[in-house]
Amino acid sequence: MADALSAPLPQPAVKPSRGSIMHRINHWLLPAFTTLAIVYLMVPIAVMIVFSFNKPQGKFNYIWNQFSLDGWRHPFDWPGLGDAVVTSLSVALLSTLFATILGTMIGLALTRYRFRGRGALNGIIFLPMATPEIVLGASLLTLFVATALPPLAGGVPTLYPTGFLTILIAHVMFNISYVVVTVKARLAGFDRRLEEAAMDLGANELTTFWKVTFPLIFPGIMAAALLAFSLSIDDFVITNFVSGTTNTFPIWVYSIQRNALPVQINVIGSIIFLGAVGLVALTSLRSGRAVRIR
Amino acid sequence: MTAATPTARSAPRGPTLRARFGRAVPYLLLAPGLIWLVLFYVIPAVQMFTYSISTGTLETGFTMTFGLDAYATAIDRFGKQFLNSILYGGLATFFTLAIGFPVAYTIAFRGGRYKNLILFLVIAPFFTSFLIRTISWKILLGDEGPLLAPLKHVLHVLPGNFSILNTAVAQVAGLTYNFLPFMILPLYVALEKIDVRLIEAAEDLYADRRAAFRRVTLPLALPGVFAGSLLTFIPAMGDYINADLLGNPSTRMIGNVIQNRLLLQNDYPVGSALSFILMAGILVAVAVYARALGTEQLTG
Repeated sequence: MADALSAPLPQPAVKPSRGSIMHRINHWLLPAFTTLAIVYLMVPIAVMIVFSFNKPQGKFNYIWNQFSLDGWRHPFDWPGLGDAVVTSLSVALLSTLFATILGTMIGLALTRYRFRGRGALNGIIFLPMATPEIVLGASLLTLFVATALPPLAGGVPTLYPTGFLTILIAHVMFNISYVVVTVKARLAGFDRRLEEAAMDLGANELTTFWKVTFPLIFPGIMAAALLAFSLSIDDFVITNFVSGTTNTFPIWVYSIQRNALPVQINVIGSIIFLGAVGLVALTSLRSGRAVRIR
Repeated sequence: MTAATPTARSAPRGPTLRARFGRAVPYLLLAPGLIWLVLFYVIPAVQMFTYSISTGTLETGFTMTFGLDAYATAIDRFGKQFLNSILYGGLATFFTLAIGFPVAYTIAFRGGRYKNLILFLVIAPFFTSFLIRTISWKILLGDEGPLLAPLKHVLHVLPGNFSILNTAVAQVAGLTYNFLPFMILPLYVALEKIDVRLIEAAEDLYADRRAAFRRVTLPLALPGVFAGSLLTFIPAMGDYINADLLGNPSTRMIGNVIQNRLLLQNDYPVGSALSFILMAGILVAVAVYARALGTEQLTG
């Protein structure tokens, strides 16, 4: 890595000898420092993967004991773990679907139409992203509790005690803004002349949208959906406030880690990690090819 | 935005969407998502504020008294945790900036064809759960873990009872680790945009490298510093996992108290007041910080 980073950079007009310390920093120190920082970022991931092959002596997978494939052979072998993973996946899939649809619609409206309040809305849409997660979770919980207490009780659908539905509501909420921002970024570079061409050739608005616009913005929508999925499947802070007795995978990990740290946590963490890396590698390879063809 | 006219001109067979719904189209597109955000972002915030000026319990229900008792309690009893949040959140932001800036600089100016690979490595931690990463730190920093055990028993440079886990040091290290990518990415985006010719021009005009960095590169990178600091400080302030897993009772942050009040004690007035203070404090901090950096385009 250090080699890669020390590739020659365009030399400035001033001779480097003028600041030989600065020059040395630029040449050696920065790449070395960056390599160390990357190592720092990778170490906990390496620990997670390595310790997924551990056979811990007690209930806690904290100290290396001996190599074993037990965890990988029985990845769901703890009460509640399988259910938690299924809940996590269902919440992530459903919230991604809803948030992507709602967020894409807002993104389309914000980039393609002029209407009253558009400027303000462009700013307001950032608010949920700028609010600390703990405040989002806490405030949602107060609302859900309030639906079961007077004066709201009886008047509105009760959302307390909390559970699957409230987790889903929360995940859709915090994902919408991220989808809007991602889709907007994609739409910013959109060439409207392509749509005009389609309509000049006799396509009506709906046909133009489905045959021209949608395929062109689809990669942006996919990127937004992937982001939403990964935010949802990893969320702990907000979910912890609105999950009641329902467990998602992070909630399950948090509640069990006081009494035991099964090796299965590392196994499932590794599976999610490798799956995500594989997916990203695949999509970047494909988009790389698409760019080359174009 | 010139596209609105050709639509009307080339209206083909049958009424178009625009003809049928006219000016309503953007509002129809916005409505479902905005209704969701009003119901589950705006109204909860209002509800939380209402509870913070109410008294009562889950059993009896809450009545609005417009009293500020909950706020008094929040500040009286949990001042230390607020200070912890500011201190540890601030330290984590400082360290992520200190580590992140050189890294982002290197990627932007020296990355060459490995740019994307290094960026990928920077965001790779996001592919594992936040919680599992923090647990990994617990394994790493453990008294007999992969880091301390060799130093204690092989190299004998540390006493046998040396411990990092459950200290403020471990907690800040965990926070720094968890939010480092949030700092690097916006810094990279800002640095990447800098036109190298500006730096060259400064050097042509007899600025040495240090001066060119200080007078050209740094000011141009400020929007990245601003965005990265916010993306780190806001979640770090509210975090309670690192305090919970890596710290000890005296290093608890405000997030731990909010979670405890709302989920374990069912003390909704005080829990709501604490959250509200946190949110207001962060908004004020953001405003002050934006003014201090002095650029109005920062937020745009």
